Amino acid sequence: MLEVTGLRVAYGGIQAVRSITFHVNQGEMVALIGANGAGKTSTLKAIARVLDAAGGDVHFCGEKVTRIAPHLMISKGIALVPEGRGVFPRLSVAENLAMGAFVRDDKAAIADDLERMYGYFPRLKERETQLAGTLSGGEQQMLAIGRALMSRPKMLLLDEPSMGLAPLMVQKIFEVIKAVAAEGMTILLIEQNAKLALQSSQRGYVMESGEITLTGESAKLLDDPKVRAAYLGE
Amino acid sequence: MSKWLNPRSAFGITLIVVALLALPFVAAMGGQAWVRILNFAILYVFLALGLNIVVGYAGLLDLGYIAFYAVGAYTYALLASPHFGLHWPFWVILPIGALVACFFGVILGSPTLKLRGDYLAIVTLGFGEIVRIFMNNLNAPINITNGAQGITLIDPVAIGDFKFSTTSQILGISMSGPQKYYYLLLALVILVIIINLRLQNSRVGRAWQAIREDEIAAKAVGINTRNLKLLAFAMGASFGGVAGGVFSAMQGFVSPESFSLIESIMILAMVVLGGMGHIPGVILGAVLLSILPEALRYGVGPIQMAVFGKMLVDPESLRMLIFGLALVLVMRFKPAGLWPSPERKRELSDAGAGNG
Repeated sequence: MLEVTGLRVAYGGIQAVRSITFHVNQGEMVALIGANGAGKTSTLKAIARVLDAAGGDVHFCGEKVTRIAPHLMISKGIALVPEGRGVFPRLSVAENLAMGAFVRDDKAAIADDLERMYGYFPRLKERETQLAGTLSGGEQQMLAIGRALMSRPKMLLLDEPSMGLAPLMVQKIFEVIKAVAAEGMTILLIEQNAKLALQSSQRGYVMESGEITLTGESAKLLDDPKVRAAYLGE
Repeated sequence: MSKWLNPRSAFGITLIVVALLALPFVAAMGGQAWVRILNFAILYVFLALGLNIVVGYAGLLDLGYIAFYAVGAYTYALLASPHFGLHWPFWVILPIGALVACFFGVILGSPTLKLRGDYLAIVTLGFGEIVRIFMNNLNAPINITNGAQGITLIDPVAIGDFKFSTTSQILGISMSGPQKYYYLLLALVILVIIINLRLQNSRVGRAWQAIREDEIAAKAVGINTRNLKLLAFAMGASFGGVAGGVFSAMQGFVSPESFSLIESIMILAMVVLGGMGHIPGVILGAVLLSILPEALRYGVGPIQMAVFGKMLVDPESLRMLIFGLALVLVMRFKPAGLWPSPERKRELSDAGAGNG
């Protein structure tokens, strides 16, 4: 479904991502793990077109989307949940979710989806009218995921959903992510929490200094001695 | 609609309308100077509402807003004065002024699309100064703006033989020039308020709100941030252009010194002090900040004479001192502005409560 070939991202002269190639199949959850500064977020931003790629290609559903305008990505079916949540702090929870459906105009279906989101995240229903900026980190993450789902995407790009959250909240967020995946959503997940990411996904890629160094089924990666030593603290 | 039909609000609206219609005659009791002050207050409301689109809605800090006012004013001055011998009617020039200002808005907007906050403020500030300096120096080799002397004898607004500059009898009531301009300005400002209101609740308004809050997230939900930011600049600039045209006609004279940086800052202060993004607040801010310095000008001298029997401090400097103090106090005790939008107010009161 998503094909990334030879993707490069550079900030000025510094290469953050050096020609990486990977793919995500339909209905699959794929984890991209690696340490801080490995180039994971840059990769995701380049795919979502928030950032310009320095080279390489991204194909989505067979269509080349490497250079299209950023705001068109959502209509293609790719929804990004940005790093650090990126909710609209001075809009209410309900307004944030409604903003997720900005490119849609089917009012009735949007209302249905809103209820569906509140089903996934009852916490958000309780805080419907509260400003997003006053939510806890975990609630903001739920809201960001909910907002992305409101566009009815074909694929979800998740940038470090566990970042800065309490362990219990991380558990909750991942339960929802797994539930969304179980309904057939294609997900590309970026995580520093390698263990959790590999436990939740089918396949994984390990990124180091802008390159993919290891790949395989998540369960096998979990047992890989190199991965265990480098990312699982064993 | 039911809100408008309820008798109490209908009564309130009638009262406001009557008050607004009677205002220039009440002000005239204190002399025509007060009617002019009133007219400038409305003109500033106009400008502040235009800037509110850029700063309040889209969240783009623009310190060069006065440049668009200048562009509108000079467009009018050049097309309706003996300077080029052109005397076009105002309803032709005002839209042209709006278009020219809009064009300049896009010119300013496009190179600054990737800038935010302080950086954007610096560039827009520079732009404002560039326009003013151009007006000052475009008298050679070809005399376009007549340099620092400015352009004089600009045609007043006129509909057929009905001139807005002179006193005339309407339905048996004697109306002075400034009083007639008052009604023209009032009509224009009501139009701008309606446009502002419509924008606020539109799809475009919501997109601006999203851009203001978080640009990356706005892109991620499918908002064309580039076009919408340009649109904000263009719309704000157009309002500035129209205001400039009216200013030009009303004064009969324009010169570069009317368009200094302090004017840009003043208009921004009106927006921020009144309540960014909230139309009633912006109107209040503009009215207060334009009338207060004038009221102080007339009030400070006599009060000193009455209290101390002599002038202790030069009224002109004391006026700005009191004015500055008033601004500081408002920002200290009303950080969201004098009349903030309900959301903004809620945000400030929520701020301590959340973040678990």
